[in-house]
Amino acid sequence: MLKGKKVIAIGERDGVPGPVIAECLGGAGLEVVFQVTECFV
Amino acid sequence: MSETSKAVRVGIEGVFYSLTHVPDLVRYGSKPSREIRANPSLVEELSRKLRSFADATAYAPHQVFIGNMTPDELSRLPKPWYDNLLERALPKGAFGDVVEQESFYGLLSQADQFNLVSLCEPWFWDRMTKPDEAARLRLKSFAEVESLVRKGALPLYSGNKLVGAFEPGHTEDANLTAEVLLENLAAKVTAAHSLRALLDSLRLNPREVDYVISCSEEAAGDRYNRGGGNLAKAIAEEGGCENASGSDTKAFCAGPLYAMIHGASLIQSSVCNRVAIVAGGSLAKLGMKFESHLKKGMPILEDVLGGFAVILGPVKAGEACLRLDSTAFHPVRAGGSPQAMAEFLVEKPLAKRGMKLTDVDRYAVELHNPEITVPSGSGDVPRTNYLTLAALAFMRGQIKKDQMEDFVRGRGMVGYAPTQGHIPSAIVYLGHALDALRKGEIKNALFISKGSLFLGRMTQLSDGCSFLVERNED
Repeated sequence: MLKGKKVIAIGERDGVPGPVIAECLGGAGLEVVFQVTECFV
Repeated sequence: MSETSKAVRVGIEGVFYSLTHVPDLVRYGSKPSREIRANPSLVEELSRKLRSFADATAYAPHQVFIGNMTPDELSRLPKPWYDNLLERALPKGAFGDVVEQESFYGLLSQADQFNLVSLCEPWFWDRMTKPDEAARLRLKSFAEVESLVRKGALPLYSGNKLVGAFEPGHTEDANLTAEVLLENLAAKVTAAHSLRALLDSLRLNPREVDYVISCSEEAAGDRYNRGGGNLAKAIAEEGGCENASGSDTKAFCAGPLYAMIHGASLIQSSVCNRVAIVAGGSLAKLGMKFESHLKKGMPILEDVLGGFAVILGPVKAGEACLRLDSTAFHPVRAGGSPQAMAEFLVEKPLAKRGMKLTDVDRYAVELHNPEITVPSGSGDVPRTNYLTLAALAFMRGQIKKDQMEDFVRGRGMVGYAPTQGHIPSAIVYLGHALDALRKGEIKNALFISKGSLFLGRMTQLSDGCSFLVERNED
């Protein structure tokens, strides 16, 4: 269902980092067009 | 690092924290200034929700910050803390103070060696009680200050009144704009204030400090040396440490703990006898979450610049010390997940000393005040970190699942620091840790800091370091 969809992955410093989200979603067949990790404090 | 069980201790002589209340500089924080540029009417909305000095002083988390109340006492107070202000709260604490904006403007002007700061003379004479200070300041008429602002200087306000101007240091250099220089000078001044106050409280002659390490979050330098730095030496000069040199240690929010490790190493190696670790406040972070606070009808809580100073020296019997041999770093190979952080900064260094997670009485993590972060959706940062540690203790069979909440409550604490980046990052607990060690309430505390290196777009890596603080029983 999600295969081929484009995705923007925003990770969080105290949660899941952006590259980890991107790797999981990429492995599931999604196209990660942008990924970043942010610090919200 | 080599495996060793030999205790290596460096003395912690004292710590002092300052909170400089600067409501009229909130508009120059990074987020407010961007939003105000897009929507100038926001200034009035923002101004209506700024706190008075009395309210900022009576705000319970600030009283914890300066040592008049413990984090445990804070956790028992009714929330919201901004609506339950303390009665008879004092701006002076056991190991810190709250500084008023007017005093800060005076300090800013005194520390200015490049004719950047001008203050309105009538305003100055209305408020200042020390005539000898006037000779060190750049006082101008209101019309002259107005003229400077018209020519591009940054206006300094007290409420809605123009009381000064901050000029750029160069007409073309983007690193010497008034905004950047105000940020840098504010860091210098707030750090130097903490350093002077600490030296006074320890009755220590500033000349006895050999080296100053600054871990502030500014980037001082011109267009050819962006972030060239050594604000440490400028702070040493301002603090009267004329025999000291210094240097900066930068590692985002992990900077203070790295600076502590570097300073302790200088002492342990006999390069220095006494080292000051200092940091000033982050102007850029003022009002960072103001939009959420306005939406929820809250006061603007990010209206203070944090600062601190620590003096490290040779270890003494019965006194608090940093266990240099317990130092742990987050290696490149570790990965940035919270679990990896906890393993490398907590589990492995403790295991190396034959300790379990339950052998640490108190963990100091990033102690951001949740009242500031939760309304904006950033969560309760300390609680998240403590839950990760509790989960690790459970996974390793050191506690049962139903003991996780007790672990968080007993070995953690409620956050009470303003979102000033490096300031909440574990180091803010040192004052309380020294008190608790002195009273025998705890036998040790593990300090853990994390740095968001990815924000600089040079690496995807996170970072961090940790060490134990305990009483020297030898």
